[in-house]
Amino acid sequence: MELVLAIAIGILAASGVWLLLRPRTFQVIIGLTLISYAVNMFIFSIGGLRTGADPVLNGGDIAQYADPLPQALVLTAIVIGFATTALFLVVLLTSRGLTGNDHVDGEDGTP
Amino acid sequence: MPDYALPSAIICLPFVVSVMVLLLRGLGRRQNLSAWLMTSTGLLVLLLSAYLYPAIADGGVVRQVIPWVPGLGLDLVLRIDGFGWLFMLLISGIGALVGVYARYYMSPDDPLARFFALLLAFMGSMLGIVMSGNVIQLVFFWELTSFFSFLLIGYWYNGASARDGARMALIVTSGGGLCLFGGVLLLGHIIGSYDLEAILAAGDVVRAHPWYVPTLILILLGAFTKSAQFPFHFWLPQAMSAPTPASAYLHSATMVKAGVFLLVRFWPVLGGTTEWSWIVGGIGMISLVLGAYSAMFEQDLKGVLAYSTISHLGLITMLVGLGSTLGVVAAIFHIVNHATFKASLFMAAGAVDHETDTRDLRKLGGLRRFMPITATLALVAGAAMAGVPLLNGFLSKEMFFAETLAVGQGPLLDALSVVIAVAASAFGVAYSLRFVGGVFFGRVADDLPRKPHEPPLWMRFPIGFLALLCLLVGMLPARMIGPSLDAAARSVLGGDMPSYSLAVWHGLTTPLLMSIFAFVTGCLLYVRLRKYFFSCEAAPLTGRLSGKRIFERVLAVAAADVPQRIERRYPSRRLQSQLLMIVLLALAAGWIAAASAPLGLDLGGSDIDPAFALLWLLGAVCAVGAASQAKFHRLAALILTGGAGLVSCVSFVWLSAPDLAATQLLVEVVTTILILLGMRWLPKRIAGMAVETRWQRFRRRRDVFIAIAVGAGVASLAYAAMTHPVSESISRFFLENAYSGGGGNNVVNVILVDFRGFDTLGEISVLAIVALTVFGLLRRFRPAAESISMPVQQQQQTAYDAAEPDRAADHSLTDYLMIPGLIIQLLSPVILLFGLHLFLRGHDLPGGGFVAGITVSVALILLYMAAGARWVETRLRVLPVRWIGAGLLMAVLTGLGSLAFGHPFMTSHFQYLDLPLLGRIPLATAVLFDLGVFAVVVGATTLMLIALAHQSLRRPRQLPAAAEGEG
Repeated sequence: MELVLAIAIGILAASGVWLLLRPRTFQVIIGLTLISYAVNMFIFSIGGLRTGADPVLNGGDIAQYADPLPQALVLTAIVIGFATTALFLVVLLTSRGLTGNDHVDGEDGTP
Repeated sequence: MPDYALPSAIICLPFVVSVMVLLLRGLGRRQNLSAWLMTSTGLLVLLLSAYLYPAIADGGVVRQVIPWVPGLGLDLVLRIDGFGWLFMLLISGIGALVGVYARYYMSPDDPLARFFALLLAFMGSMLGIVMSGNVIQLVFFWELTSFFSFLLIGYWYNGASARDGARMALIVTSGGGLCLFGGVLLLGHIIGSYDLEAILAAGDVVRAHPWYVPTLILILLGAFTKSAQFPFHFWLPQAMSAPTPASAYLHSATMVKAGVFLLVRFWPVLGGTTEWSWIVGGIGMISLVLGAYSAMFEQDLKGVLAYSTISHLGLITMLVGLGSTLGVVAAIFHIVNHATFKASLFMAAGAVDHETDTRDLRKLGGLRRFMPITATLALVAGAAMAGVPLLNGFLSKEMFFAETLAVGQGPLLDALSVVIAVAASAFGVAYSLRFVGGVFFGRVADDLPRKPHEPPLWMRFPIGFLALLCLLVGMLPARMIGPSLDAAARSVLGGDMPSYSLAVWHGLTTPLLMSIFAFVTGCLLYVRLRKYFFSCEAAPLTGRLSGKRIFERVLAVAAADVPQRIERRYPSRRLQSQLLMIVLLALAAGWIAAASAPLGLDLGGSDIDPAFALLWLLGAVCAVGAASQAKFHRLAALILTGGAGLVSCVSFVWLSAPDLAATQLLVEVVTTILILLGMRWLPKRIAGMAVETRWQRFRRRRDVFIAIAVGAGVASLAYAAMTHPVSESISRFFLENAYSGGGGNNVVNVILVDFRGFDTLGEISVLAIVALTVFGLLRRFRPAAESISMPVQQQQQTAYDAAEPDRAADHSLTDYLMIPGLIIQLLSPVILLFGLHLFLRGHDLPGGGFVAGITVSVALILLYMAAGARWVETRLRVLPVRWIGAGLLMAVLTGLGSLAFGHPFMTSHFQYLDLPLLGRIPLATAVLFDLGVFAVVVGATTLMLIALAHQSLRRPRQLPAAAEGEG
C-alpha cells in the first residue's frame, strides 16, 4: 500500500516537475496541477494510511478513526489549489494577450 | 511623591494634540490655531515638568510602570530623573518658543497643520526618549524622532535638496538606531533585564563582560549618528533644507542632543574604560575641530550653524569621553547652554532669511541698519557661541578647558586635547565673528532679493528670550542654573558628585588664559582671512573629502550598481530559468537533508494490494501521458490530468477520507471547465512544425533527468513519512473533543469551522481575493489578435444559421445540445438541493461548506453550459461578488459574535434542536460560519467561471468599459 502510493506520488511529482520546466504556459499549468495532486497525497499520507477506518465519530474507540488533521489540511489545500490554478490561468491568458505568445518568459526563442 | 500617572500624561499630550491639529486644520485662521496649540502644549509640559521638580531634586526618580507583556519582562516604563527632567525642560520650553516663532516664520500658503503636527509628534517622541525607563522603549522613541526628523527635513518635498537631505538623514540616523538596538539587546542580554534602573546598577558587570566592546561600539554608533559626530557628521548640514523652526528645534536644540544624552545616560554603565576614553574622546575631538574648521568656510548662514553644532556636540562628546565626573557636569551644562544660544541663532538666521530671501553670507551685509533689534539679539547669542565672558557659553567652555588640562590619559592625549580645545575655540570665535559680522555689520548689501526690515515682534520674542537666558545664566550662573544642573548631574553620577563652582570669576586661572589666547587668535584669524572666507568655495584640505559625496557613492553602489550586476549575472528575468533554479535548490536542500539524516527506508514493511496498485498504474499512465501531451494535444492532456485527479479521488475513498474525495471530485470538475474555457485563447500548436534545435533537445533531456531525480526523492520521502510511526500528534485532541467541544461528529468539518476556524477564515479570504483578482484581470482582458475571431466550428454554425431562411441565430447550438441541455435544466434544482443537503449534514457526516459551495456553483455552471450565458442571465440574476461579500461578512460576524458573550474571537456555541419533519439537527454557531464559507466558495467559483466564460461573448475590439463581467 505505502510503497504503491509512494511511487505514485513520485511519478505525479516527476511529471509535474518536468512540465514545470517546459516553456509553454499551458504545460506549466498542467504541471502545477499534477504537482498539487502529488503534494496533497503526500500531506494526506503523512502519519500513515488507514483503510476501512471510520471517518465520522460513532462513539467507538478513539484509535479506530482515520486521522482527521491531514484531511482538514488537504481539504482546504484542494480548494485553494483550484483558486491558484484559476489565477494562473487568467494571468497566462492576459500575458498571451499582451505579448502575443504563450511562452512563460513572454518572448519566443531560445535564450 | 506626585501623582504617578503624570509621566504618561506628559508623554501622551503632544501626540494627542498633534492628531488634534490635523483634525482641526479646517478651523479658524489655521496658522494661529496650530501655533497656539503647539505653544500651549509646550508650556503645559513645561509646567508639569516644573511641578515634578521636588520629586527629582535630590536624586529622586519618578517611575510609572504600565504592564505590557509581563511574561517577556516587557513593560512600558516611564522614568524621570534629574537628567531626563532637564531635557524635558529644554524640549518643552524650546518647543513652546518654536511654536511662537514658526507662526510668523512659515508662510500661510504652506500646509501648516502638517508642520505643527509633525513638530508636536516630534516633541512627544523626544520626550519619550528622555523619559524611557526601558531601553527597548528608548530605541523605539529614538527611531521615531529619526522618522519625524525625516518628514520635517522633507517638509518642502518639492525641492530636490530637501528630499535628498531628508533621505540621507533618515538613512544615517535610523541606521545608527538599528545599531543602537543591537547594542541595547546585547546589553539586555548581558544583564538579563531591559530596565534602565537595572542596567544603571550593573555597570561593573557590563564593563567586565567579554561582549563589552561590541556592545559599546554598537551603542556609540547610535549616539554618533544621531549627534552628527565624525564620520557621520555630513547629514546635519544637508538637513538644513528643513524649515528653520524645525532646524532650530530638532537640529540644534533637541534631537541631535539625543546622541549626547545617550552618552551621558550610559556613562555610569559603559564609561570609564580605556576603550570609552579613546573612542568617545577621540571622536569628540575630531568632530570638535573639524566642525569648527568647516564652519569658518561655509557660505550658507544655516550651514555655518550646522557645522558649529557638530563642533559643539563634539565638545560635549569629548567631555563625556574624558571620563571624569566633572567632565559629565560640564557636558550637561554645555548641553543646556548650546541649546539656548544655538536655537536663538537659528531663529535669527531664519529671521534674516525671512526678511531678505537669501542665506548666502556673500550676499548679506550691514543688516544692522534695517533690523537693529535682531542684530543686537544675534550679537548676544553669537557672543555666547564664541565664548565671550558674562555669557553662558563662556562658563561651560571654561569648564571644558579646565577638563582638558586634567585629562590624565597619558601625555599624548593630554597635550592633544589642550591644543585641539584651544584651536577649536579660536575657530569658534572666527566663525561667530563671521556669522554676526558678515550679516549685520560691514558694507550694506545692495543686491538683496528683497528690502529687509525688522521682523514682527513675536518673531523676535523667542530670539530675545533665549538671548536673555544666555545673559542671565552667564552672569548669575549659580542662581539660574545651579539647582537644575545639580539635580541632573546627581541623577547621573549618584553620590559621586564632584565639587564645582558656578562663578563668573575664578581668578586668573590657566583656563582663563587659554580662553583669552583663543579669543585673540580667533579675532586675528577673522581679520586676516576675512577676504578668503568670503570667497572660497569649500574648506581647504577637508572640503574635497566630502562625507556627503562618499555617502552618495556608497548608496549608488549599494542600491543600483550591485543589484544591477547581480541581475546581469543571473538570468533572473526569465521565469523558466527561475523555475529551474527553484527546483534545483529544492532538490539540493532535500539531498543535503537526506544525506545528513538517512531516511531509513524499509521496503519490507509494505503489503501490496493488487487492486490499489492497478489503480495507480492507471494514475501513473495518466500523469505521464499528460506530461507528454501537454504541448501539442492540450485537450488530451487536460483529460489525462483529470484522470490522475480521479485516481487520487478514488484513493481518498479507499483510505477513509470521504470528505476529501467529494471535494476533489467537484474541484476536478470545475477546474476542467475553467481550463476548457481558457484554452480557446491559446495559440494553435501543431506537432512537427518547428525543427528542434540541439539546445532544446539537451534541455529536454536535462529536465527529464531532473524530474526523475525529484520524483525519486519525493517518493522516498513519502515512503519514509508513511512508514514511520507518528509520535503523539494533536489529532487525538480533535477526535476527543470534536463532539463534546464542537458538537459535530464529522471531525474534519469541526476542525475546519471550529477548532481551526481562524485558519479557514484566512483561507476563504484568499479565495475571495483570488476571485476578485481574476475578475479584475479579465475586465481588462485583451486577447491576442489571432484568437479574436470565433472558432471555426462556431463560424460554420453561424453561417449555416444565417444562410437557411427558417433558422434563427444560435439555432445550431440549441439543436446540438438539446437533450443534454434539457436534462441539465431539469437536474439543476436537484443538484442545488443536493448541495444544500451536503451543507446541512456537514457537521455530522461527510459534507460541509466547501463541498456544498462547489456543488451549487457546478449547478450554475452546468446551466450556463447547457443553455448559454444569455439564456441564464435573462432568467437568473447571479451576483457572485455579493455572495463573496456576504459570506466573508457572515464568517467574520459569527467569529465576532462570541466576543459579545465575553468569549474569545471564534468561540462557537452549539445545541441540538428537535424540529418537526427534519428531526434532531445540530445547531451550532459553527454552522453559521460554515454558511459563510459556503457563500464565499459559491461566489468565488461562479465569479471566476462566469467572468472567463463572458470573454467569448464580448464583441471583438469592444471597449473594456463595456465588459459585463459580472452576471
